[in-house]
Amino acid sequence: MLDDFFIRAILAGLGVAVVAGPLGSFVVWRRMAYFGDSTAHAAILGVAISLAFNVSIYAGTVLVALAMALTVSALVTRGQAMDTILGVLSHSALAIGLVAISFVPQARSDLSAYLFGDILAVGRADLALIWAGAAAVLAVLAWRWQRLLTASVNEELAMAAGIDPRVERVVLSLALAVVVALSIRVVGSLLISAMLIVPAASARGLSRTPEWMVGNATLIAAFSVIAGLSASLHLDTPAGPSIVTAAAAIFAVSQVFRRG
Amino acid sequence: MTALIEARGLTILRPGGLETVLRDVDFRIDPQEIVTVVGPNGSGKSSLIRALLGHMPLAAGQVARKAGLRIGYVPQRVQLDTTIPMTVRRFLSLPRRVGDDMAAQVLARTGVGGLQSRQLTQLSGGQFQRVLLARALLHDPHLLVLDEPTQGLDQPGIVAFYQLIEEVRRQTGAAVLMVSHDLLVVMRASDRVICLNGHVCCEGTPQHVSTAPEYRALFGAGSEGTLALYQHHHDHDHDHDHGAACAHPHHHAEAS
Repeated sequence: MLDDFFIRAILAGLGVAVVAGPLGSFVVWRRMAYFGDSTAHAAILGVAISLAFNVSIYAGTVLVALAMALTVSALVTRGQAMDTILGVLSHSALAIGLVAISFVPQARSDLSAYLFGDILAVGRADLALIWAGAAAVLAVLAWRWQRLLTASVNEELAMAAGIDPRVERVVLSLALAVVVALSIRVVGSLLISAMLIVPAASARGLSRTPEWMVGNATLIAAFSVIAGLSASLHLDTPAGPSIVTAAAAIFAVSQVFRRG
Repeated sequence: MTALIEARGLTILRPGGLETVLRDVDFRIDPQEIVTVVGPNGSGKSSLIRALLGHMPLAAGQVARKAGLRIGYVPQRVQLDTTIPMTVRRFLSLPRRVGDDMAAQVLARTGVGGLQSRQLTQLSGGQFQRVLLARALLHDPHLLVLDEPTQGLDQPGIVAFYQLIEEVRRQTGAAVLMVSHDLLVVMRASDRVICLNGHVCCEGTPQHVSTAPEYRALFGAGSEGTLALYQHHHDHDHDHDHGAACAHPHHHAEAS
């Protein structure tokens, strides 16, 4: 079964979807959309460094994305409109990554694979890494669920309960860096934050509790993966953008049915 | 009687560390006491609360909380983020999960029984404050800390809320520490009032404080009439001279 590139692509996409649901919900709750962007864009720099030093692109992207995530979270405190700084970081990270990657000859040819993903070329090793990474992130989110949620609702209430919101912020930064690295083959650096935000935003209006929102977001992300990949196969459209297009279509429909 | 919280010589700096918010403040609250902190905007009321809770670094002084002290906390202006779907019931289980019975019980006690399945964002201001109070009452607190709990409530809502606080104290025996704007109502309900303006201006029973010259200097000369208190409060101006008895002791590093 795993011999079929399409099945591998679906499984890789689903691996990202199961973690994009919960993590994307936190990105929406904590208004970290731009934060996700900066981290995802930094992944291109990670790819350039990995290829230059001949190490796994997963290792390189995780490290660079984590450095970016920690930098951003040190610069901004939650809720404050630091959109200028985030805009500067996000686009600079992308530009610097693109410049860096131009120095790596073997990467120039398949630059678009890193920008938009190359899910149809996912191998068994990638698949194993994606699912292992997703399982690890899910385990951490489940373990700290109540703490993460309380800190996202209100930091003062969290502190009064003995929770350090800064620790939870670092946990989420770490999770985000891992998910960015896992997603780079699937949807690419430019569309990773779409995979996080769009399903969660669609789920918001359909959900009454945080847990329902996470469940709905995960289902929507998974459905987007299957629908997008099928469309891509039949219409010969690029896979990553097709997945995000499917998610966007679901978002549009969800706005009609939202509970307010 | 051992104090629930006792603090000595608290000094707190504004973030950035150039000005003092509080200077050399002593504080103590005993079991079952209702203590209210009043003072103009920027007088360091919320900073004092946060320091007592251990949420804020101290530049000097110590805070001692009784071992095993359980605090129920209602922070100032909890902003509800509409991006998080949250029912009242789910909110009560953050971060420690509670059973349905317990949830129903605290909601009934604070007068918002039956609202379990309501979204937090759909509550009125008064209902939301009562839900916050209900949440603070879970796990049997020895001390309730309420930072401006009646902000955004109308006059009848404010009176009803303070009646509820007194009732809760009677039922549970919890001490209450609150920060308030509502001088008139608060004065009646408190055992002890602390008038703060960067330092403790005066302290004592409501009667004592309301006749203290420091208090009058701070809240206006003709402070027999409480209307004047409100008036002054809303017009509070830091350049205004409060009188020597309670000069605003913020130390500016550079001339401002």
